[in-house]
Amino acid sequence: MNNIEVKNVSKKYDGFLLDKISFDVPAGAIVGLIGENGAGKTTTIKAILNIIKADGTVKIFNKDVKQNEKEIKQNLGVVLDDSFLSTYLTPKYINSVMKEFYNDWNEDKYYELLKQFGLPKDKLIKDFSSGMQMKLKIATAISHSPKLLILDEPTSGLDPVVRSEILDIFRKYIEEDETRSILLSSHITTDLEHISDYIVFIDKGKIILNVPTWELLEDYGVVKCSQEEFSKIKKEDYVSYKKEKYQYEVLTSDKNKIKKKYNISSIDKPSIEDIMLFYIRGER
Amino acid sequence: MNIIITNSNEQPIFEQIENAIKEAIFTGEVKEGEMLPSVRSLANDLKISFLTVKRAYDGLEKAGFIKTVQGKGSYILPKNLDLIKEEKLKEIQDYIEKIYEISKISNISKEEVAELFKMIFEEEL
Repeated sequence: MNNIEVKNVSKKYDGFLLDKISFDVPAGAIVGLIGENGAGKTTTIKAILNIIKADGTVKIFNKDVKQNEKEIKQNLGVVLDDSFLSTYLTPKYINSVMKEFYNDWNEDKYYELLKQFGLPKDKLIKDFSSGMQMKLKIATAISHSPKLLILDEPTSGLDPVVRSEILDIFRKYIEEDETRSILLSSHITTDLEHISDYIVFIDKGKIILNVPTWELLEDYGVVKCSQEEFSKIKKEDYVSYKKEKYQYEVLTSDKNKIKKKYNISSIDKPSIEDIMLFYIRGER
Repeated sequence: MNIIITNSNEQPIFEQIENAIKEAIFTGEVKEGEMLPSVRSLANDLKISFLTVKRAYDGLEKAGFIKTVQGKGSYILPKNLDLIKEEKLKEIQDYIEKIYEISKISNISKEEVAELFKMIFEEEL
């Protein structure tokens, strides 16, 4: 069962092409969208939400988004980069607006979340720190108990403590009902290392990697070697390489195989960020 | 039950989880019929992907340590002494292979290794 199915979604802007993007967000899974700034993460999310018109099809809860937008959005929590309401409002006022908008808005839950996140209900949002604002956005997005949560860069610009608090909110949200899903984009890949089940990597408008997170963390490896050793490694056995001043660095997607085949004793464990850089900057 | 996961460990994380749970079964810390935490809740507590935990549970089920019932969760099967012995024998075999390698490299004879073995086992008595 998939909560989101994206098929061949394309969008053309001046100097940018989102090129036939396809991926799924399975029920019960947290999917992380990674990529450089301008790679197409936000465009993808906006196309999924039907905020921008794009070619291709997007299905949420097995229904076409273009035809069933209203119904789908009742069951959706969304946090986008650009703030959703005026900052000259209070959390209490937001409650009264959301009550009108969502059939399943749960006032008690909302106030409970505010309390839990340490957010005052009568203060103007403009006086909130950016961490508090993000927590308020998330509280607002999950108080109607949606089946699916979509967030664009929810942790960017926040300090490590707040970021880890926010990741805990996501963990709790998904544990409450294991048919829920989260799709979130981030360029802070360490956050995704700890929370996502799948990683979708977008570069220059194309998906270049779509794998379970554990595969990136456990099967990928970086071999550091001399030019002579590097020349022995066959092209099909590595993803890309970087030539540094004193050594070659080679990224492999199957470290156990390369270890055996070339009798290499030590292989570094790359972070997702390292892997991303190898894909973007490495040579083939 | 302690489940300690380290990234510095060469062993994949799913294997570390499998071993921790097996250890808890060996020592009797978790008993027959006891439920394991749900895949998602253990994943959240360990701050890792649920797919990793699922892989560990699948491995334990395949090896006959636990049983997973769709929609209900996973519980510990009766301790199978043969299975445990087999596991432990395999573990010992791995160590002996290491010993064999080391003795080979450093030219230590079979007799010398056997002598060491005897010494250690007799010391215990």
